[in-house]
Amino acid sequence: MDYTSIFPLMRAELTLTAILVLLFLYDLIAGERGRRWFSAVACGLLVVQVIVTLVPAPAGELFGGMFRYTPMDGVVKGVLAVGALVVCLQSDTWLRRDDTRHKQGEFYILTLSTLLGMYFMIGAGHFLMFFIGLELASVPMACLVAFDKYRRYSAEAGAKYILCALFSSGLMLFGISFFYGTTGTLYFDDLAARLTGSPLEIMSLVFFFSGLGFKISLVPFHLWTADAYQGAPTAVTSYLSVVSKAAAAFVLFTTLVKVFAPMVEQWQTLLWIVTVLSITVANLFAIRQKDLKRFMAFSSISQAGYIMLAVIGGTPLGMTSLVFYVLVYLAANLAVFGVLATVEQHADGRISLGDYNGFYRTNPRLAVMMMLALFSLAGIPPFAGFFSKFFVFTAAFQAGFRVLVFIALLNTVISLYYYLLIVKAMFITPSDAPIAPFRSDNYTRVSLALCLAGVLLLGVVSAVYDGINALSFGL
Amino acid sequence: MIKMEYYLVVSTILMFVGIYGFVTRRNLLAMLISVELILNSVDINFVVFNRFLFPGQLEGFFFTLFAIGVSAAETAVAIAIIINIYRNIRNIEVKNLREMKW
Repeated sequence: MDYTSIFPLMRAELTLTAILVLLFLYDLIAGERGRRWFSAVACGLLVVQVIVTLVPAPAGELFGGMFRYTPMDGVVKGVLAVGALVVCLQSDTWLRRDDTRHKQGEFYILTLSTLLGMYFMIGAGHFLMFFIGLELASVPMACLVAFDKYRRYSAEAGAKYILCALFSSGLMLFGISFFYGTTGTLYFDDLAARLTGSPLEIMSLVFFFSGLGFKISLVPFHLWTADAYQGAPTAVTSYLSVVSKAAAAFVLFTTLVKVFAPMVEQWQTLLWIVTVLSITVANLFAIRQKDLKRFMAFSSISQAGYIMLAVIGGTPLGMTSLVFYVLVYLAANLAVFGVLATVEQHADGRISLGDYNGFYRTNPRLAVMMMLALFSLAGIPPFAGFFSKFFVFTAAFQAGFRVLVFIALLNTVISLYYYLLIVKAMFITPSDAPIAPFRSDNYTRVSLALCLAGVLLLGVVSAVYDGINALSFGL
Repeated sequence: MIKMEYYLVVSTILMFVGIYGFVTRRNLLAMLISVELILNSVDINFVVFNRFLFPGQLEGFFFTLFAIGVSAAETAVAIAIIINIYRNIRNIEVKNLREMKW
């Protein structure tokens, strides 16, 4: 085997592994003084990672088809790395606190381990590789959710997360085992050729889908979401809601379209039901939330439903709109979580909706930032969220799912209502004890500036969409 | 020689015993044990399919080995988290984990 061909195809994974080792050694060697620069070092290395990942390279296969690389994979991996970078920037204030300072190395290493798992999941060409990637993405994630180990909420959320993760991966493996039994192979390409759509395989498909549905937190599998989001530290919540979800959604698209192509009718029915449930149920539950992290949990479930609109058609247009939607969602959601995290750090953990009354009077810039991000999430033009929703709806409509698009459109109106509840609290409702004015640190400012640029520019600069579209050719 | 169907019956029973236990048990460790039953049933499935249907290859055996390893890692993390809960609230009953609801 020619070892020189490995690097161009696996460069994202190899650089990320190198970064992990470097950070680990740095954590070991640097003393109390050196650790002060930890976040700067970590973010610098992640910038390198983003650049290396986004350099274009031709598609190819490694290890007899176990690992595959397409240019689209490279784009998605780059987007995920950007998400991880923004989360690391935003977590700096929290990690500098006295109770977490000694374990900031662990935070970065665990976060990057999950990122590595997602990379392998995306690049997998065999179910074994896929399974290991999925587990590498979800086991360190449970440690991250339970990271604040003296806070009861965090421990409770960690237990709920890991038990649900184990359960769903058990179901998924059960499904995969019957695929193996009926076809005799676990390579994606061979499976696609040998699947027949027999009843046993339909059952296995449902089991398999439930495993990924858990990661994306679609509705029948969403029960862990709100608790894990509320209990986890805010930086982890934002990572969980954006990066982890985006990776799983992309993988769901590629596996359904490539591997399960012979069973397209079955999974389209399945996805239809799950999409309607996700969007509707999550929207109705989001309205009654008072805790903003919990609120964002239900908002992210309904956003996952919109992402499924891109999956259901299984067309190249769907692929483009999925990646674009994920990119826009990443910018807007991380902006909201950035504001939430910095407010939580500077105002003694105040995070409920009532705490944001009168926020505009005391911290006008953060309030406007949050408003723009919420508008983008709700899909109001001219922000990026409008365009991403538009493309997703077009993809589903062209594939013939008109009723589904209509239901999703109705739900957009409901979602606008609850996003505006926060805007109303910030701008209109007066408060006796508003959050005092404060200055956030430079890391948070940089991250919020990045997100703001994403919210404002991604929709207007058509080069981004065209660039993604050029790669989605042939899926 | 024992037929393949008997093995599959055992593994399916294990699977659904695990699901039933996961849904009904009200103790975190008991829930963890139930999940382990599910994972074991999957391992049996892979080995049986490989042994009876595709004796020429090793894919199922490999998958089983990896699944055992990964599930051991998951269990270690789960037990660590459960111990942490015990330290926080001196209890691992599910009914005490109701701080966050709806």
